Amino acid sequence: MSETPATERAADLRAVTVGIGDGAAGFGHERGGGVDLATQDMVLNIGPQHPATHGVLRLRLTLDGERIVTCEPIVGYMHRGVEKLFEVRDYRQIIVLANRHDWLSAFGNELGVVMAVERMLGMEVPVRAIWIRTLLAELNRVLNHLMFMGSYPIELGAITPIFYAFRERETIQQVMEEVSGGRMHYMFNRVGGLKEDLPAGWLGRTSAAVAAVRSRLPQIEDLVFGNEIFRARTVGVGVLSPELIHAYGVSGPIARASGVDLDLRRDDPYLAYQELLDDGVLRIVTRSAGDCFARFDVLLEQVKVSLDVADACLTRLHELPQGPVNVRLPKILKAPEGSTYAWTENPLGINGYYLVSRGEKTPWRLKLRTASFNNISVLPQLLEGRVVADMVAILGSMFFVVGDVDK
Amino acid sequence: MTDLAPGAAPAPVSLPDPTLGPGSTLAPKPVRFVLNWGRAYSLWVFNFGLACCAIEFIATSMARHDFIRLGVIPFAPGPRQADLMVVSGTVTDKMAPAIKRLYEQMPEPKYVISFGSCANSGGPYWDSYCVTKGVDQIIPVDVYVPGCPPRPEALLQGIVKLQEQIAGESLPQRYAQGSGQRDAASLRQPLIRPPEVTP
Repeated sequence: MSETPATERAADLRAVTVGIGDGAAGFGHERGGGVDLATQDMVLNIGPQHPATHGVLRLRLTLDGERIVTCEPIVGYMHRGVEKLFEVRDYRQIIVLANRHDWLSAFGNELGVVMAVERMLGMEVPVRAIWIRTLLAELNRVLNHLMFMGSYPIELGAITPIFYAFRERETIQQVMEEVSGGRMHYMFNRVGGLKEDLPAGWLGRTSAAVAAVRSRLPQIEDLVFGNEIFRARTVGVGVLSPELIHAYGVSGPIARASGVDLDLRRDDPYLAYQELLDDGVLRIVTRSAGDCFARFDVLLEQVKVSLDVADACLTRLHELPQGPVNVRLPKILKAPEGSTYAWTENPLGINGYYLVSRGEKTPWRLKLRTASFNNISVLPQLLEGRVVADMVAILGSMFFVVGDVDK
Repeated sequence: MTDLAPGAAPAPVSLPDPTLGPGSTLAPKPVRFVLNWGRAYSLWVFNFGLACCAIEFIATSMARHDFIRLGVIPFAPGPRQADLMVVSGTVTDKMAPAIKRLYEQMPEPKYVISFGSCANSGGPYWDSYCVTKGVDQIIPVDVYVPGCPPRPEALLQGIVKLQEQIAGESLPQRYAQGSGQRDAASLRQPLIRPPEVTP
């Protein structure tokens, strides 16, 4: 035995790697199986009904042993043809369908539509409506992120966090319901403003709800972020490079987790975001790692930022004098001939509406640019060469809504 | 049988249909009560989550509304272990065959709750070119829950309604010959028949 100092011995002990026996010898090989083993590809269908796809996304995987050779997302199981339906709905009715394609960010969706129509009409929205819209959009962002903060750990085998996430969701949904009447689909935006003014005492109750959620957020954080298993399954897994993000048009928290610093709230300000940005309340959250853990981390940080923004909006609304929250509309609302493209930073990424009008009461064409569709299209690149066990971790961390993919 | 072309599937063997025996109509009431009571309060549910309504379904299973207290257990690993299927969301024409297939995989007795306007009738997508106007066009539905999406309380009410229905059920009624129930042979046949091989 050679003389080794105690510290070095301790380092040796820590550095012991756990092997999986001689059978693992071929694992360094590009494909599964091994160097000398002839293997056959197998086709595995994940979905359309599968718990890990939370929705009806179908993935057609070609496997070589445990390795994914190719992955082909098959979309369209939730295709409801809204773009065609938009063409036979007037501008008031469109909001109904618009807030249903991404059912976790309903407020953001309806916002894009009304902003497009308002821009076509050259309509000025009352300042009070702008601040209420900003507040509700941020509360909606919190709701959306909380859903994924609960469902992602479930996919990795941790059931408990979703109960905490849903308690917070119910807290915020309660105030959202009080103001709009809907738990998920708010239908609170109108062209030119909002449906109606806030109920009496609502600002105070919302402040309390925001404070409650903020105070309980560390519970979820402690449950998930320090968990060794969670870290082992997410850190360094599914790294998305900025090149891929640019190539596929990935946006939102997923892009920002890879260091692509694009957020329309800052880069093309709408609503009251410019002012919030100048006050330093609105911070754009970015990470550089680009792995599953970074994507999840961005969500948590964005929830905190959104709660701060909501608080700033509440303070502002307290100061604002009572006033109109909408513009009186003609009985038949017609957008003038022309086209416009309105995009907003939805919770899941860039959500755009390309509106073409020929001066009728229905749009001639209303094209949707949804965040999830682009975010999902990068999956084949991301999953190639990974093992099946990582597939669930990667798929869950792409934070998509199937209705947003299939429209 | 002998002149089958090589590779062709053999014709399905027709087995006699299972019955509950001649005494089933005379089954005493207490046994029926106990059976129905057992069924009504251990409904293993399979959530066919399709759209927005699936989120409200999840909300119903969470702590605030908590349908486990009604005996609805949302841990069925798949349709083969489930008694109740909740179709929550828009059924599209592309999805419909999968729903029918999973429904047929469920063992009897099986129940279906159609949760939300889309599953009831197409809802806001009533004039869409690719939405099935109601899941009852492909599978039988026991309880319809209206709403877009319905509140969690509405689902709880739907479950209670279903339990009332199960409590009033009688076995001869359910398993009566030719009462619209499918016979065992038709359940065994594959969804898609193999192509006819012409010699």
